[in-house]
Amino acid sequence: MNLPYYPGCTLKANASHFEDSAIKAMEILGHQLVEMKDWVCCGTVFSQTDDDLMLHLASIRNLLRAKEQGFDELVTLCSMCYNTLNRSKAFIDSDPDNLKKVTDFMYRENIEYDQDIQVYHLFNILKDRIKYETIEKLVHNPLKSLRLGAYYGCLLVRPKEFAIDDFEEPTIIEDFLRILGAEAIDYPYKLECCGAYQTLTQKDVSVKRCYEILNSAKKANCDAIVTSCPLCAYNLDFLQKEIEKEYVGFVNIPVFYFTELLALALGHTWEASWSELHAVDPLPLLKDKQLI
Amino acid sequence: MKRIGVFICHCGVNIKDTVDVELLTEQLENYPGVVHIENYMFMCSDPGQNQIKAAIEENKLDGVVIAACSPTLHESTFQNVIEEMGINKYQLEIANIREQCSWVHNDKEEATRKANLIIKTALEKLRLNESLSPVSSPMTKRVMVIGGGIAGIQAALDIADGGYEVLLVEKKPSIGGHMIQLSETFPTLDCSQCILTPKMVQLAKHKNIKLYVNSEVEKVEGFVGNFTAKINRKPQYVNPDICTMCGDCIDNCPVVVPSEYDEGLSWRKAIYVPFPQAIPATFTIDTENCLGFDPIACGECRKACKPEAINYDKKPETFEEKIGAIILATGYDLYPVEKMAEYGYGKFPDVLNGLQFERILSATGPTGGKMLRPSDGKIPKEIVFIQCSGSRDPERHNSYCSKICCMYSLKHAKLYKHKVHDGQPYIFYIDIRSGGKRYEEFIQQAVSEDGVIYIRGKVAKIYKEDDKMIVHGMDTLTGKKIEIKADLVVLAQSMIPSEGVNKLIQNLKLSTDEHGFLNEAHPKLRPLESIQSGFYLTGAAQGPKDIPDSVAQASGAAAKVLALMSQQEIYHEPIIAWVDEEKCSGCGICISTCPYGARALNFDGIAEVNEVLCEGCGACISACPSSASQQRNLTDDQINNMIDIILQDNLENSLEKEDMI
Amino acid sequence: MFYKLNNKAIKNSLSEQVQEISAQNVFDCYQCGNCSSGCPVVDYMDISPNQVMRLAQFGAIQEILDSETIWICSTCLQCSSRCPKGIDVSKVMEAFRAINLRKRFSKVEPNKTQIQNIKETPPILLVSAMRKMTG
Repeated sequence: MNLPYYPGCTLKANASHFEDSAIKAMEILGHQLVEMKDWVCCGTVFSQTDDDLMLHLASIRNLLRAKEQGFDELVTLCSMCYNTLNRSKAFIDSDPDNLKKVTDFMYRENIEYDQDIQVYHLFNILKDRIKYETIEKLVHNPLKSLRLGAYYGCLLVRPKEFAIDDFEEPTIIEDFLRILGAEAIDYPYKLECCGAYQTLTQKDVSVKRCYEILNSAKKANCDAIVTSCPLCAYNLDFLQKEIEKEYVGFVNIPVFYFTELLALALGHTWEASWSELHAVDPLPLLKDKQLI
Repeated sequence: MKRIGVFICHCGVNIKDTVDVELLTEQLENYPGVVHIENYMFMCSDPGQNQIKAAIEENKLDGVVIAACSPTLHESTFQNVIEEMGINKYQLEIANIREQCSWVHNDKEEATRKANLIIKTALEKLRLNESLSPVSSPMTKRVMVIGGGIAGIQAALDIADGGYEVLLVEKKPSIGGHMIQLSETFPTLDCSQCILTPKMVQLAKHKNIKLYVNSEVEKVEGFVGNFTAKINRKPQYVNPDICTMCGDCIDNCPVVVPSEYDEGLSWRKAIYVPFPQAIPATFTIDTENCLGFDPIACGECRKACKPEAINYDKKPETFEEKIGAIILATGYDLYPVEKMAEYGYGKFPDVLNGLQFERILSATGPTGGKMLRPSDGKIPKEIVFIQCSGSRDPERHNSYCSKICCMYSLKHAKLYKHKVHDGQPYIFYIDIRSGGKRYEEFIQQAVSEDGVIYIRGKVAKIYKEDDKMIVHGMDTLTGKKIEIKADLVVLAQSMIPSEGVNKLIQNLKLSTDEHGFLNEAHPKLRPLESIQSGFYLTGAAQGPKDIPDSVAQASGAAAKVLALMSQQEIYHEPIIAWVDEEKCSGCGICISTCPYGARALNFDGIAEVNEVLCEGCGACISACPSSASQQRNLTDDQINNMIDIILQDNLENSLEKEDMI
Repeated sequence: MFYKLNNKAIKNSLSEQVQEISAQNVFDCYQCGNCSSGCPVVDYMDISPNQVMRLAQFGAIQEILDSETIWICSTCLQCSSRCPKGIDVSKVMEAFRAINLRKRFSKVEPNKTQIQNIKETPPILLVSAMRKMTG
């Protein structure tokens, strides 16, 4: 089955292994991630202002493009794209005034924005459409003895109206990791912010946040962290260099995208190009657990 | 034609400033039927009342219209006045020209015109008023109290002491309610069981009290003074006359379930005594968990019982009781910790609710009164109390303040300090509400002498790390984030109406607020009774309440009931529905419309009105397709005449305007 | 310092602007402090989130506009998800940022960021930071 897919900016750059592993894993599951044409950046952060519609136009135009191409749904991999596209859509759709203004503004588009398009995160598809039970049967390389800490970050669970699971105690990623054969470890910081874009302006904030998150996971005996957000992944993975300098005795811990582990568990070989995009090399861990 | 007197009140300046009372008097002087009209500063005052009496005598009046304030205030005052003068009190009409006119208007001319119309409609209604006498029925001098907590116990004792028979119906196997679970009570710190058990014993021995435990009220029919309650009682499988209380049955029972008395912190068997001082003091079998009802599966307790007191074959029984009044004392439960996402959804053994902590403090509790935490039995050295857990949170939990938590959290902290001298209690609070006798002093003493540290801010998150509960809070007074590595956390869960009350309330057709607490008839002036006559409220069933308040309300409700019981007959307003038998087609719409069950078809297929049940709401009258149902003194003719007067004035007024054009 | 409170100080045009941009009523706040308790970056802030709400109720908007707090806030939405009164605190924070940014104020100059290796820096980081911090 074909799944219309919206990649977003970072999956075409620093997180191309996220996209690559997702496409390959989905192929094994019998689904084709079909990239929509002519997409633009969603705007990354959802604008929280109530009075500036311009900041939502990029998201709405993406939905319009997808519709134009005959799609009535879009799948995202990146938590931030998922959040921004969905919230922009809800913000415009829920208010007739907003809807009219945006529609009027886009009068030169070939079709009119009709709201009739759904945005899903790949987790929604895996859990509700393909179903975890089905995936479990296709696991050829179970991630035995791998102790994984799911990291939700902010945007998969907040705001609560857009959460993909319970916003205080989600288990959707843990359940996923368990069907891959891994041990899913609960740790208190799995919903705490990594510092997000502060890395650019106040790096010390992000460094401390990431240290606390990683440390919390390590205290719970996690071998690695699993996420679905390229910004979280970047901060948690690449800031470990700084954490080492700041916090003596800190030992590195690999950070995975959930699709890398899905592909691996489904029997796809680990690709060297994926390793290259990690700051903390996951190969020693995977070798140690005899997964590659 | 009736000889009517009209009395217009100035109400000081309340009416007079906006309504031209002199002009009104002039305008209505010659209105048909009016033989006397006057205005006065305060009609309700003694001189005002005397003026009315004098006018009645002088002019031989047989109907009176008072144009004054709302009838909810002084209708009965003026009814008494005309009754004294020998006129039936239903020949009085109040024209409300204050709340419905002078207070809500500025334009004096228009307000006067409106007042004129209000008085005229009252005159039109009065013209066709019948003289009525109150409906009466005999009084059943027995009372049913539902709920055997402190409120129910107190109400039952007071009524029984007053000489009337009381039935106390309790769902659980023993009376005592939540108060029997408490260790000590604020602000005096006297032992809860020590002050409650004498009352329980007194109740059990009282010659006027009949106790039904393991029982639920299924249905109540009838009306004040004449209720019939259907009660469902689970059987007592252990015969208390034969049972020697040896306990062999408990020793042999293989089923282990969490103890309700210890709030799940200890275990009990399927055959058990709820707690040592339980009343009635007998073994009870928990039918949901007992295996003995399938003799192949178990039967161990029966085998072990030497006097053969156990009989599984008994069946639940349903029986009816006649009563005159009902007191609702159904109490409260705590809002489930499982709903507190940020506090771990109840998955941490060392995060307790307030009642669980009471059990740990209590000498009869799971630790025998030693301060030990549930997970590993260690003595907690750092203990955090969190107030408003589930309260004051309209977004996710309950919007209301649970009222008692400020005091009991502090009591917990204090009692903890009495047991662990080197321990440190912290209380996270948002506001401290200590309005009660000696409550504020209790708090201040704990802060200055017992070393209880108050932190002003709500805790955002609790999680477990090693064997500690990490508490993330904020002190909003210093603006600093607080982290406490606690050994034990106690959540002051908000109070909610007790489980299962919803069903009862629906069966009894009682009204509740949006949270399920019983509604009082008036929030200030009738706090002890339900709007439905014959039902009285006490304790936490009406809203979060502490023990002193519950007891006070229980005694108050008991006094209300005693006043009711002292009457030989029960009287009822006669402004109710009646049926024109000629017009009634027997369609039965009135029966389904009546919220009080006062309508039924008689043998001739004609709809009847039970005069005692009818509350005069008028629902059947508007629903009746053939105008057969009529309200006494609010007949269609009366209402039509009133409307005519208003329409006539409107017509004249619009003609006037046309003339001007 | 002390606040001279009066009707005019409380209801000023800036506080109206905050309510308009955020679509939140700051007077819903009853100072339970839950927003600050759960804030992951409160220890870097000069004014805690509950104090921001308090100052907004006083109409002391300029003090908030000049604070570091509004730039430290990373819009993680923890405060909004837990507020017992349903106030979207993160929207209130965004309103303060927006008032500054709409005056062409930039918290960060693109050419003066702490980027060491542009190739290693993901677009999601650059775009989000620029969107949040440049006017």
